[in-house]
Amino acid sequence: MTDCFIYDHVRTPRGKGKDSGSLHEITPLQLSTQVLQALRDRNELETARVDDVVLGCVAPVGEQGSDIARTAVLNADYAETVAGVQINRFCASGLEATNMAAAQVMSGQSELTIGGGVESMSRVPMGSDGGAWPSNPEAAFKTYFVPQGISADLIATKYGFSRDDVDAYAVESQKRAAKSWDEGHFSNSVMPVKDVMGATVLDHDEHRRPETTMQTLASLNPSFVGIGQYGFDDLAVQKYPEVDGIKHVHHPGNSSGIVDGAAGILLGNKEVGSDLNLKPRARIKAFASIGSEPTIMLTGPETVAQKVLDRSGMSKKDIDLWELNEAFAAVVLRFQQAHDIDHEKLNVAGGAIALGHPLGATGAMILGTVLDELERRDLNTAMALLCVGAGMGTATIIERV
Amino acid sequence: MNNFSIDIDSDGVALVTWDMPDRSMNVINQAALAEIAQWTEQLSANDQVKGIVITSGKDAFCAGADLEEMGASLFAAAANAGDDLSGAFEQVFELNRVLRALETCGKPVAAAINGTALGGGLEVTLACHYRVAADNPKAKLGLPEAKVGLMPGAGGTQRVPRLLGVANAGPLMLEGKEMNPAAAAQAGVVHKVVPAGEVIGEAKRWVREGGDSKQPWDKDGFRIPGGGPHHPKGAQNFIVGNAMLHAKTFGNYPAQQHIIQAVYEGLIVPFDTALRIESKYFFKTLMTPEARNMVRSLFVSSQELGKGARRPKDVAPTEVKKLGILGAGMMGAGIAYVSARAGIEVVLIDINQETADRGKDYTTKVMDKRISRGRDTEDKKQEILSRILPTTDYANLEGADLVIEAVIEDREIKAKVTAQAEAVIPPSSIFASNTSTLPITGLAEKSARAEQFIGIHFFSPVDKMPLVEIIKGEKTNDQALAVALDYVRQIRKTPIVVNDSRGFYTSRCFSTYINEGIAMLKEGIRPALIENAGRATGMPVPPLAMTDEVQIELGYHIMKQTKEDLGDAFEEPPAFDVMEQMVEKFDRKGKKGGKGFYDYPESGQKRLWPGLAEIFEEAEVQPDVEELKTRLLYIQALETARCFEENVLQDVRDADVGAIFGWGFAPYTGGPLSLIDTVTVRRFVDECERLAAVHGKRFQPSPLLQEMAQRSESFYDRFNPKAA
Repeated sequence: MTDCFIYDHVRTPRGKGKDSGSLHEITPLQLSTQVLQALRDRNELETARVDDVVLGCVAPVGEQGSDIARTAVLNADYAETVAGVQINRFCASGLEATNMAAAQVMSGQSELTIGGGVESMSRVPMGSDGGAWPSNPEAAFKTYFVPQGISADLIATKYGFSRDDVDAYAVESQKRAAKSWDEGHFSNSVMPVKDVMGATVLDHDEHRRPETTMQTLASLNPSFVGIGQYGFDDLAVQKYPEVDGIKHVHHPGNSSGIVDGAAGILLGNKEVGSDLNLKPRARIKAFASIGSEPTIMLTGPETVAQKVLDRSGMSKKDIDLWELNEAFAAVVLRFQQAHDIDHEKLNVAGGAIALGHPLGATGAMILGTVLDELERRDLNTAMALLCVGAGMGTATIIERV
Repeated sequence: MNNFSIDIDSDGVALVTWDMPDRSMNVINQAALAEIAQWTEQLSANDQVKGIVITSGKDAFCAGADLEEMGASLFAAAANAGDDLSGAFEQVFELNRVLRALETCGKPVAAAINGTALGGGLEVTLACHYRVAADNPKAKLGLPEAKVGLMPGAGGTQRVPRLLGVANAGPLMLEGKEMNPAAAAQAGVVHKVVPAGEVIGEAKRWVREGGDSKQPWDKDGFRIPGGGPHHPKGAQNFIVGNAMLHAKTFGNYPAQQHIIQAVYEGLIVPFDTALRIESKYFFKTLMTPEARNMVRSLFVSSQELGKGARRPKDVAPTEVKKLGILGAGMMGAGIAYVSARAGIEVVLIDINQETADRGKDYTTKVMDKRISRGRDTEDKKQEILSRILPTTDYANLEGADLVIEAVIEDREIKAKVTAQAEAVIPPSSIFASNTSTLPITGLAEKSARAEQFIGIHFFSPVDKMPLVEIIKGEKTNDQALAVALDYVRQIRKTPIVVNDSRGFYTSRCFSTYINEGIAMLKEGIRPALIENAGRATGMPVPPLAMTDEVQIELGYHIMKQTKEDLGDAFEEPPAFDVMEQMVEKFDRKGKKGGKGFYDYPESGQKRLWPGLAEIFEEAEVQPDVEELKTRLLYIQALETARCFEENVLQDVRDADVGAIFGWGFAPYTGGPLSLIDTVTVRRFVDECERLAAVHGKRFQPSPLLQEMAQRSESFYDRFNPKAA
């Protein structure tokens, strides 16, 4: 199998995913375009060498529809021979896109690819693409469909995480994100987003609330009490009859933020790197996706971590840093509990609770972040992973070269 | 044509009158359907006809499909479809084909709905372009199919949501909610309500004045009210609707699932495709055991029992004109109300006048509530109240045809009031006890007329519960049984007839359910898991909550009583010492008193008592919920089979209807014997033997079951009530 290297990665800052957010006036096409242009310009890339651009996008309708990856390739003035494909693995789309782009290289079918993703949640709201899973009765009944927030609260209920536990986790996420920004740890990867006049509209992650404390979080009401009453709590209990009702602990302060953003990772084999004078930063060691029980939905990281470790003949001791998307605090707490993982090695730069989760892009963003942290700390191996809608998990192991 | 007559007036309006000979109500059967097709074709080809008005020659418009005939033939078509699915499809699609032809005949069609239109009856009117209903508050409009495990199959699932939107169509189809004409007009099911004599006139006026011959959904630009399944707002109806339906039904009711599925799929495609989809789900629904079992128990058997299937044939019809009730407590008061409502003169006796008066006040309360909801009038209330005489004086019982004793469950007190009443009533009168626990034969020994002594066991609350359990003592004669059955028919409830036994049939089998739940507690199964398993079986209340409802103390008391009565023969059920502990040691007697298996905080919802975890140490390995569901249902079904074997039950209909109407046994099963037949006796016996090996001989299948398993028999074949 051909080795696949990460040569570079870049992301936009994350803008608040509402009409007052700084990226709201920027189209998702522009977000993707500027990411592709940044990768080209930073690396003086001969774009004709790029075989394919794989972008994750979770609501691929409207202005994110009709294969936004190919549209962005053309809009970014890449060579017209560069193909583009949009994929959707819900919250892990950005990582899955990277894995698929890497797979093309590893299988010897491509030499240079880009993986990444985009989501303008302020412009194309979550759920805009509809879909059979929640609305077609056949699928909804079969999967005991509940919204993710109910799943997260079910995890907290089933595995015994209190409101204090999840809030404490959120406070720490904010603290770590603040430190990363204050000390400039993101500066090499975050590219400012420009408007049509060429002015910078955003150069930092604006969802953060560094002043967050247990007290400020305590004032927030749990978010999913209301929707739970529309049958969803009962359904969660039907599927998990050992719990005595659902205890609602998640709220906007301990759940991932709704934001706009895009990211890209430049991948290629060794030869193309030498040809184009690119320096490999890490090798894609292994990746995997897995299906898990869809009602609790967000426990896929537990099993996909084991799967990808087993596949690559590694154990969790071999992983220096873990980067698990902070979809909800309980997701991370459960993962830590299941695999007995030291918080000092997990989400060291803060995560989506502080920074936000632009659905299609996050996977590529967190892979980039954990690579930066490996380099900064001079460590070797990391695993990035995400929980995924409908009960899935996706994980990637990288090691520095 | 036999079922329809046609009269074309000078304006060219064809009045089609539906009036089936030899029937009190119009129904949809093969013949009627064929004739609808026939006159549709005739009238559409007749140039003199400008439009059509359809009405009924009977009080009701149409009661729906003839389940006996259509039901049987459609069930047969479904069951025998084999490889010929297209033939079966044509048969079920015929309903839609005929009504679609009417709807697209090119001429305006109005329905003059003079009275009740249910199920297929309402669906006929929905295929008309205009619906006017007579202002008759007793008329009911609705689609009740789902209540007996079926789904609308004549376009209902497609026309109703296109008319009302998905959100408003839901309750009509999924819950079988019935409406009076005013409510139907408000909902948009009918266009107009007019005084009774004017329906035909109004329908003709609409045709004459250029009624539109195209349905909204056959016009360009039609939009589903509130949005279709993938409209941003419309999608919410399904996302939330699916969850609410699933949460409520636990996935136990395929008909409801098929209805919402047909609506979802049908609303995405053009109307003619949508009708095909409906017919396919209609077929799929007919194929389910739930449909077969529910139609049989909830429709056919319950009607047969209500019409006197179990009544001794050679006793002349009787009528209770005057009823005595001894004891004006909750049960006595309820019996007084339902009896007075049925036009019976009631003497309500208690020890003191105040208690007797309070018993009569119950009727006032019920009626006031009904009046406030527009269901009754003040005059009706006064009329009913005037029939109830609250008194302490047994002399008032003179001339009573029937006396029902409803005093506390104490043999001595019962013996005393029996003697007091029998001193006054005529020798021909029947004496009944409403006991729920004491064997009738024993009580009858204290009566001077053991042959005329019978058990009439009501359920609480009397005015809501549809069932009455009639218990024959050893000596009870046919006359007494006939009077009891005729009385139950007078008060419009459904009777079952059982022989005497401890707990009779219903209490005996019901108690196995709560005892099994309590046994699980003792095994260290998590209380929440027990309760959630109970809910998932389709029982109305989970076992521990149910025990609280009837009071742990009462169950404990009955078991202690049984233990005393039986002595060494008493086999202590696992629940016994749990109840003993709860009552004696922890003073947790049940919901009344606020402390049982649950806590009942004054504000807020009840919750499982956390102390249970300390008393019953949680087992390390918790069983699968399916195993618990099996135990909770099978233990009841086993006891029912034992009742059958012991001759407590003599008719499969009594068993199944009694279980569903009496203690809410999972209705989708069609009742405990239908459940056994559906899983097959063989597999049921195997499963019970497996459970007996783990949990003891309460799960041991009886010899009858063993024998039936060996012979591959089913209850409804071996004990077919129609064959007898």
